[in-house]
Amino acid sequence: MDLTFTEDEQAFRETVRRFLADELPQDLARKTEGGWHLEKEDVARWNRILHAKGWSAPAWPEEYGGTGWSPVQRYIFNEECADAWAPILSPFGLSMVGPVIYTFGSDEQKAKYLPPILSGETFWCQGYSEPGSGSDLASLKTRAVRDGGDYVVNGHKIWTTQAHWADMMFCLVRTDTEGKPQQGISFLLIDMTSPGIQVKPIITIDGSHSVNEVFFDDVRVPVENLIGQEGMGWTYAKFLLGHERTLIAGVSVSKKRIAQLKRIAGAERQNGASLLEDTSFRNRVAEAEISLQALEMTSLRSLASENAGKGPGPESSILKIRGSELQQTISGLLVEAVGYYAGPYELERFEDGWNEEPIGPDYAQGSMAMHLYGRASTIYGGSNEIQRNVIAKMILGL
Amino acid sequence: MDFNFTSEQQLLQESVERFIQDEYDFDTRRKLAGSDDGFSRDNWAKFAELGWLGVSFSEDDGGFGGGPVDTMIVMEAFGKGLVTEPYLPTVVLAGGLVSRHGSDAQKADIIPRIVEGELMMAFAFAEPHGRFNLADLHTTATADGGGYVISGHKAVVYGAACAGKIIVSARTGGDVRDSDGVSLFIVDGDADGLSRRDYRTVDGLRASEVTLDNVRVGADAVLGPVGGALPLIEEAIDYGTVAVCAEAVGAMKVLHDATHEYLKTRQQFGQPIGKFQVLQHRMVDMFINYEEAKSMALMATLRVDDEPAVRAQAVSAAKVQIGKSGRFVGQESVQLHGGMGMTDELNVGSYFKRLTMIEVLFGNTDYHLNKYAAA
Ligand SMILES: Cc1cc2nc3c(=O)[nH]c(=O)nc-3n(C[C@H](O)[C@H](O)[C@H](O)COP(=O)(O)OP(=O)(O)OC[C@H]3O[C@@H](n4cnc5c(N)ncnc54)[C@H](O)[C@@H]3O)c2cc1C
Repeated sequence: MDLTFTEDEQAFRETVRRFLADELPQDLARKTEGGWHLEKEDVARWNRILHAKGWSAPAWPEEYGGTGWSPVQRYIFNEECADAWAPILSPFGLSMVGPVIYTFGSDEQKAKYLPPILSGETFWCQGYSEPGSGSDLASLKTRAVRDGGDYVVNGHKIWTTQAHWADMMFCLVRTDTEGKPQQGISFLLIDMTSPGIQVKPIITIDGSHSVNEVFFDDVRVPVENLIGQEGMGWTYAKFLLGHERTLIAGVSVSKKRIAQLKRIAGAERQNGASLLEDTSFRNRVAEAEISLQALEMTSLRSLASENAGKGPGPESSILKIRGSELQQTISGLLVEAVGYYAGPYELERFEDGWNEEPIGPDYAQGSMAMHLYGRASTIYGGSNEIQRNVIAKMILGL
Repeated sequence: MDFNFTSEQQLLQESVERFIQDEYDFDTRRKLAGSDDGFSRDNWAKFAELGWLGVSFSEDDGGFGGGPVDTMIVMEAFGKGLVTEPYLPTVVLAGGLVSRHGSDAQKADIIPRIVEGELMMAFAFAEPHGRFNLADLHTTATADGGGYVISGHKAVVYGAACAGKIIVSARTGGDVRDSDGVSLFIVDGDADGLSRRDYRTVDGLRASEVTLDNVRVGADAVLGPVGGALPLIEEAIDYGTVAVCAEAVGAMKVLHDATHEYLKTRQQFGQPIGKFQVLQHRMVDMFINYEEAKSMALMATLRVDDEPAVRAQAVSAAKVQIGKSGRFVGQESVQLHGGMGMTDELNVGSYFKRLTMIEVLFGNTDYHLNKYAAA
């Protein structure tokens, strides 16, 4: 066993670092560092740059446009991206539906959907949750009824992130009301420009717009947009949730945020000295850093077993739980570091073209925005309560 | 020992709570918070009419002779409504300072006008790099002729935009962070050389960066002893802290009740989510946290008139409890509401944000824990 990187891996890191230094637009890096939501065009721009290099979907199999990197290389890549404050790409195409399509989709579906996901040309959204079906996802009611060559979809999705950006939605629909609820669910790809779809914004507590309600009123979806078999949607959805959980751990980003926290706390004054000299504050930063190490080692172990050919199992719930808790701890400390300047909060600050002096230190408001929006990380992607249920049942057999 | 309200206090509580219930629902509050002033001047006039602006001032000064318990009653109810009117800066902080330490002339000039609702005030005590240290002052006041010339930058002054007068802490002597050499001045909101940058805060209030550039005041603007005002400031901040502890208790009560109700009504897996034991225990911890917070807010309220050492210790203890409880109740309320808790539309997020800011206000949990331990 060994924790050091090989020479090849070091060289790889250098290559990635040089690419980022040359190609990552600094305005995007500053926005990411500042902690505010990016515009669609920001994300698309970075996606195009990565795609031009062939790096937009490192985890995909090479035949579909992946990089063929080892898990360790992917880990290094993520770490370098976070370190350079590269924007997070939209996960719905690249990390979620893409793998479902190349794993369960038809050849036509692969040819049609995968290339524009890679290039960042099409944006996707995830239509799972409904007003009455959050944690109990299998109870979902959005109906798809077969009519000739189409499904006719009626229902109501909620919390759909980036639905207002999306060209396509991957959607769980009920095609059968008999039997166990899981059995009647199918996985449909829906064109967001179809007649009968209405997208309504939901503003979250940080004042931003990233989630939506989506209403379906007799929306016609061609049968060829069904993934795999009718009634098998639950299986595909679960496959995908495993992917989402490893993603949510966000080790590299948390590492970078802790470095940022130390810099900020170093600049903040308390009794004329740096806040980092305050023992209680410093100890809590240290605690966060130790949690991060535990998370990182745990995810590296899980990566290693993935390398050995095992897909993400219920252990990914550990990563989701601890990763989201850690994000919240860090953003809480970031907010705490700025003292009274946690208060000022003007949404215009986050708009392109805003060029007034910040109120207080320039990092203060972004920290609050992250802190507020970050409350969602223990709720989405299967809430932390549900993750604990998964571990209790699937791993511990309780 | 007596935990009962007097009949006047009961009436006060009924009237404030009724106002919150009937006239300060969440939609109304949202509109007010988004308006130009960030609050309603009509409400302010109503507060005056109902006597709430005067309850804590002595009858001699033109008030109604109440005390900390009366302030607690008002603030707790205001916490339930997330009231944005500048009661804390005007009545509790600035009004309290003037009533306790003002000259007869200052009291006669200011208190009746506060009570009548004609004068709003703010207290500019914090500075950009001072964090929670009340003596960490770079703002200076230099004796000049019969009066003083004040220059400096005061940070995050709540209620400054609507304040006719702002009480400013400044150094007349000593070094940064010395206990001696701190003085207080009552400065007109529109004084020459005073400028403001006003902004909204995350909890729906209004605050300002206040810059003083050679602002001239007369000797009659000095509040309390020249060079010896730090104890007065500490006392004022303690009164303010006790008041926001009560406000936090009100806010926690709303979150507690809303979450309790949600657990009973929200259905998942064919049953109310309150049937899941893990959520029951979480709710129980919210309940316990609320009860502890209420106990400690009351304890500090009943000790805030005591000698400084007792007062400060009690206040720090209460603030630590409120910080911890407020954080737990706020965060868990969001969590147990799932996606709904993340929406701007539901009231839960706004209460969570106010509790988050109350934790910072007048010194955060770390600060008060250190202060308590060092005493
Ligand atoms: C910012 C944000 C973005 C999102 N993006 C998307 C998206 O793009 N696409 C999408 O489909 N969905 C999305 N979601 C929805 C998210 O997946 C759901 O919010 C989540 O599954 C919880 O469902 P709910 O909100 O209905 O809460 P509920 O399921 O009603 O849960 C309420 C509370 O009860 C707890 N609970 C429920 N059941 C149990 C149980 N059995 N045991 C213990 N505790 C339980 C929950 O943990 C939670 O604390 C997003 C949500 C948020 C907040």
